[in-house]
Amino acid sequence: MSSTTAPSAYYIPHAARWPIVGSVGLFIFFYGFATWLNGAAFGKEMFFLGTAIVVFMMFGWFGQVARESESGTYNGQVDSSFRMCMMWFIFSEVMFFAAFFGALFYARSFSGPWLGGDGAGGAEMTNAILYQGHDYVWPSDGPAHIGGGFQQMGWFGLPLINTLLLLTSGLTCTFAHHAIREGKRKPFILWLGATVGLGFIFVCLQAYEYYHAYSALNLKMTSGIYGSTFFMLTGFHGFHVTMGAIILLVVMIRAMFSHFSADNHFAFEAAAWYWHFVDVVWLGLFIFVYLL
Amino acid sequence: MSSNDVTHHAADDHDHDHGHDEHGPAPGLMRWVTTTNHKDIGTLYLWFSLVMFFIGGAMALVIRAELFQPGIQIVDPMFFNSMTTMHAIVMIFGVVMPAFVGLANWMIPMMIGAPDMALPRLNNWSFWIMPFAFTIMLSTLFMDSGGPAGGWTLYPPLVLQMGDSFAYVIFAIHFLGISSVMGSINIVATIFNMRAPGMTFMQMPMFVWTWLITAYLLIATIPVFAGAVTMLLTDRFFGTSFFNAAGGGDPVMFQHIFWFFGHPEVYILILPAFGIVSSIIPTFARKPLFGYDSMVYATASIAFLSFIVWAHHMFTTGMPLAGSLFFMFSTMMISVPTGVKVFNWVATMWRGSMTFETPMLFAIGFVIMFTVGGLSGLMLAITPADIQYHDTYFVVAHFHYVLVPGAIYSLMAATYYWLPKWTGNMYDETLGKWHFWISTVFVNVLFFPMHFVGLAGMPRRIPDYSLQFADWNMIATIGAFGFGFSQLMFVYIIVKCVRGGEKATANVWEGARGLEWTVASPAPYHTFETAPAIESSTVTR
Repeated sequence: MSSTTAPSAYYIPHAARWPIVGSVGLFIFFYGFATWLNGAAFGKEMFFLGTAIVVFMMFGWFGQVARESESGTYNGQVDSSFRMCMMWFIFSEVMFFAAFFGALFYARSFSGPWLGGDGAGGAEMTNAILYQGHDYVWPSDGPAHIGGGFQQMGWFGLPLINTLLLLTSGLTCTFAHHAIREGKRKPFILWLGATVGLGFIFVCLQAYEYYHAYSALNLKMTSGIYGSTFFMLTGFHGFHVTMGAIILLVVMIRAMFSHFSADNHFAFEAAAWYWHFVDVVWLGLFIFVYLL
Repeated sequence: MSSNDVTHHAADDHDHDHGHDEHGPAPGLMRWVTTTNHKDIGTLYLWFSLVMFFIGGAMALVIRAELFQPGIQIVDPMFFNSMTTMHAIVMIFGVVMPAFVGLANWMIPMMIGAPDMALPRLNNWSFWIMPFAFTIMLSTLFMDSGGPAGGWTLYPPLVLQMGDSFAYVIFAIHFLGISSVMGSINIVATIFNMRAPGMTFMQMPMFVWTWLITAYLLIATIPVFAGAVTMLLTDRFFGTSFFNAAGGGDPVMFQHIFWFFGHPEVYILILPAFGIVSSIIPTFARKPLFGYDSMVYATASIAFLSFIVWAHHMFTTGMPLAGSLFFMFSTMMISVPTGVKVFNWVATMWRGSMTFETPMLFAIGFVIMFTVGGLSGLMLAITPADIQYHDTYFVVAHFHYVLVPGAIYSLMAATYYWLPKWTGNMYDETLGKWHFWISTVFVNVLFFPMHFVGLAGMPRRIPDYSLQFADWNMIATIGAFGFGFSQLMFVYIIVKCVRGGEKATANVWEGARGLEWTVASPAPYHTFETAPAIESSTVTR
């Protein structure tokens, strides 16, 4: 909205109906998921019902916010609240990934060598008592070779192509930003489309990489600590890329319906921040999971 | 220089553009389900945590009843263990955390002159996750396999051997985490973005400061906890080897990741309490807080240090010597900023015109008994000593001293302090004082003997014990039932105050300072719809 029509009072919405829908949806989702994992009746059904309710809630809630934004309900201060919220949400996501990176570093630098007999003060005793003769080398599936021998995922080839794809998509995303700031809708939509396209190609290639890992390399989630960290990190990253691409796709569709203007396009900016975040996480993955 | 020269007006016509002409709450039950009002949501959080306080308390009484005498009398060991586990989970995630969030909801917007929280719909969701998440959590107690019984720290490999309730516990933690992170983000945005024009950071009340820092601890650590329990989930159901040495992982790794969350978590449970006590003591000493700036820096220092001390929970687990030394010294360092705080509270009271209304009694009780818990914490920080104390009742005594006459007392102090502002009625002062003295006697009868049995070697989390611990355990159980049932007084006093009583003035307390005391009692449904003008001379804390 332009600043001339911006309301001066902070917008306090009333009678929010979507949160309770979200709570019920998540409740059914989590309860169903746990039941499903236990192999008990109706778990799968509850899981999908809960997912559907949450998606329905997101449509409703985000739709409401989008309509309010387009009708000029928000002022600059409300806009700041949204920005801070998104910023710290991304920070919390960084910390979520930090837990898995921490697990990777700990296993590679500490517990792996200890299992191989390194260390002092008792750290080497697991090797001496349980796993004599086990030599630690990364990638490791541990002294018991859980999952049975595997080959490491190389960095050349698909991962490198994926890196280039994501970096390029960061660039197209920035071009889209420049376009909307100049009020050029058509290039904005086109650059967005390119970003979304690159994102989905990334996800497809990642899926192919998983297929390749399972079928040709015998590299599975069950392949010891290497398989665990590999699939956990790349899996959650891939999930985030999928989410980010869907968010950007929604932004693109909204842009086609004449949403956003040169000075009011925070939904796009939030999506772009998120996109750059998954980009940076990928660089971390590429270096620490694939390269080193 | 008076806080009363801050003026505020009813909403101007801009509000009518958004179609909410009425300024009272909507009628009916749906008011509470759909509310976006920070006071309504604060009230919901506070009632929720009060209910959970009695659920968690009942579990504690099951534990203490079983420990009244040596031998197995009342419950079987598995159920006993699920009681210790669930008692911790309920008290941490269902009582202390939501109660502090409830206070943040009620007080922060009023303290900083804001019309509401920054993101009111998100605020509603943060609350309305809690009852659903705890439904999942508590439902595990009724499952065939029983509830979680491996301790709230969920250490593998034991936790992976839990029955069907395992996945429900993990997802309930994820669910609660979503609520905590959203609530914290909301608080950060509110404090940064919603302060009345002119209010600087160093004009904010300590409660606002401590919550700002607490919110960062939550945003930084809850996702790490989510990651840790996700790895437990995949180890159990998807064949990963994060915590399995045979596959190259390490069960000790879970402890590191867990306590990277867990130690900041204990400051999440106490920093807002520091803020409450820093608000109450100046009021009843009729002096401004001594060393406000140093209080802010001390809080920030504690928060920073809380990220580099986690492995002091793991001295007996084993780690390289350099690690033990580092974590011992970094832990001891926390006593410096904490000492600054205790010193400042005492100095605030020094030569003050003190009166001892119920909030002040609880605040002073907090300072004294929290310090007891702090000093036993210092003992536990010493690595060679901790190897003796670890997993004994000495540890139980330590953290209950900082959490019960610490965090819980601060919550009771806050309730008495702000109840007149919330309800417009004074609570029953005589009953309040009785509540304090009875609680204080029994809480010490309950927890102090645990130091003795702990030092003598009684282990935690075991339903039976050796005969030489019998006397002190019997005394502790008497204290537990006395403390537990005296909390019914608390409920009675609150309900009585809500229903009526002597009318409270806007300022309520003679020495109270801050913007929340400039609005009427009870606080109108909407406050500060037009921001008050804050100058550098305005008293806001």
